Amino acid sequence: MDLFEYQGKQYFARYGIAISPGDVADTVEEALEVARRVGYPVVVKAQVKVGGRGKAGGVKLAHDDDEVRLHAGNILGLDIKGHVVKRLWIEHASDIEREYYASFTLDRPNRAHLGMLSAHGGVEIEVVAEETPDAIAFLSIDPVVGLDLATARRWVDEAQLDEVAREQAAELLVKLYDCYTKGDCDLAEINPLILTPDGRVHALDAKVTLDENASFRHPEWEQYRATDTEDPREKMAKERGLNYIGLDGTVGIIANGAGLAMSTLDVVNQVGGTAANFLDIGGGANADVMAAALEVINADPKVSAIFVNIFGGITRVDEVAKGVLAALERVEITSPIVLRLDGTNAVEGRAILQPHLNDHLMTEATMLDAARRVVALAKG
Amino acid sequence: MSIFVDEQTKVIVQGLTGGQGRFHGLRNRDYGTQIVGGVTPGKGGTDVEGIPVFHRVVEAVAATGATASFVVVPPPFAAAAILEAAAGGITFIVCITEGIPAHDEALTYNRLVEEFPGVRLLGPNCPGIISPGKCNIGITSGDIALAGGPVGIVSRSGTLTYQALHELSQQGIGQTTCVGIGGDPVPGTNFVDCLAAFEDDPETKAVMMIGEIGGSEEERAAEWIRAHMTKPVVAYVAGITAPPGRKMGHAGAIISGSKGTAGAKMDALREAGVFVCANPTEAGAKMVEIVRAL
Repeated sequence: MDLFEYQGKQYFARYGIAISPGDVADTVEEALEVARRVGYPVVVKAQVKVGGRGKAGGVKLAHDDDEVRLHAGNILGLDIKGHVVKRLWIEHASDIEREYYASFTLDRPNRAHLGMLSAHGGVEIEVVAEETPDAIAFLSIDPVVGLDLATARRWVDEAQLDEVAREQAAELLVKLYDCYTKGDCDLAEINPLILTPDGRVHALDAKVTLDENASFRHPEWEQYRATDTEDPREKMAKERGLNYIGLDGTVGIIANGAGLAMSTLDVVNQVGGTAANFLDIGGGANADVMAAALEVINADPKVSAIFVNIFGGITRVDEVAKGVLAALERVEITSPIVLRLDGTNAVEGRAILQPHLNDHLMTEATMLDAARRVVALAKG
Repeated sequence: MSIFVDEQTKVIVQGLTGGQGRFHGLRNRDYGTQIVGGVTPGKGGTDVEGIPVFHRVVEAVAATGATASFVVVPPPFAAAAILEAAAGGITFIVCITEGIPAHDEALTYNRLVEEFPGVRLLGPNCPGIISPGKCNIGITSGDIALAGGPVGIVSRSGTLTYQALHELSQQGIGQTTCVGIGGDPVPGTNFVDCLAAFEDDPETKAVMMIGEIGGSEEERAAEWIRAHMTKPVVAYVAGITAPPGRKMGHAGAIISGSKGTAGAKMDALREAGVFVCANPTEAGAKMVEIVRAL
């Protein structure tokens, strides 16, 4: 789960990481109230989960009430790459002496944590990594050992941060590691981490991705969940407990297992179609789950045909077939459905469906044949 | 022969008294696996359909001589269960639990390596392992596997593993061992571990490998194959059309920036001499062709 900047900053603050004084605002009036509270000048920042806010006019400096009214009014409702701004973060503007970069993430190939620190912040780290890889000090951290202050001190030396910033930066990095691990982040990134002319080091931006598998030990994440998804289809799927990702195509996909669902998308694409979604209904493809899945797919106006791709393992295909029929009694589906049922008890499953087959409910023996049929139907 | 597990392997089930543990544990026993005990703290002294239950792994190992454990416990308790198994004398741990926090996985993996170097963990979040006709630990349906070899299968995805087994079994082609390594960010056992074991197994004549987007395990496998593998490998990588930045079901299946794409993985495998196929059906057909020509 990706956090908005303001949520990331608030998350950092929980772990004692210095941020600029600021607050959120959903209206121009609230923006004024926050600006007066934190003190001018302030920065008015659009809260959207997409890069390039500044270029799109979503980040503005304001010196007084009039400028806050002007900028807050312009930015609220602004469309940035398809994301409409509904919330602002207003913070006291910082003078910047230097911009650094710091992050922690999981280094999967080495099964360790990876810290990245650079004296060249404020630009995309991918660009730094590409053009001047030596400007990034990488630190591999054994999760069993963790990161202590002594190691962090060597690290800031290696990254050649300005002398005056080093001790504060080292302390902040230990806190950021703490936030990353205890806070169950997939990514905790500060870009830029700034040094002010009066010698203070703090986070000017926050990019945090939380590991949703750790939700059970973070009741405080509930507040983030409310703002997590904007796609109405994904909201609906989430409410029904389905593993769904909305895409832009016309073929609705239902499959059991993440790998098979991904593979189904691929095969639809290979035969010239486009998938409307990724949907993994998991192992237990009973009538309730199938009905919920069909409801979500049916609510997507772009969908013109549906591909149900089930491989029975422990879930027997005859049970899946019964589930599909029961679901169809409960939900009225507008698009034609092509089923490919294979695996345990596939013959029995197909026999159950046989009397119900028509031009709205069809079966095919293989994944490839089913994909061809459903794509032809989707194209009308 | 087979890799990692065979008819001699004695298995305990951690979480045998839970709904899932009971279901899969008994299924595995019905398949012929030597399920010799269960472990549930607080329920020692009871039994599940004749399988004795112990409070602790160490007790179960002492009483049964088990060397393998099947961990079926909820995510908050999985890391502790894995470490208890290792400390209790188990050398092969299969953990099917889905939804373990990535930080717990990273910590547990490193503790295993540092404190229990002789222990192999398979998973978490994997379907398990089956050596057809000999031993089945996990959730794979034994019906779709066929004993006798000569194909070894290693896969990151559950249902695609079943699909692969099915495609081969239907054509009368058996498997030595089928290993599901799971779709999580920090797998205990990776492609290279399995490829190396298959390379060393005289009965395995060819290997089918099923990858998916995210991480760089497939690329590392490709490097290893290029340098060491003498047996033919057929591969399929799921997620060619997956959008970047979205977790496709599995916690590990995510394209970050330009890294982890299916295309890059397929290219790396192809360059290493692997037969890369566009979908599971093609991969099955290619393997059938290879085995028939052996």
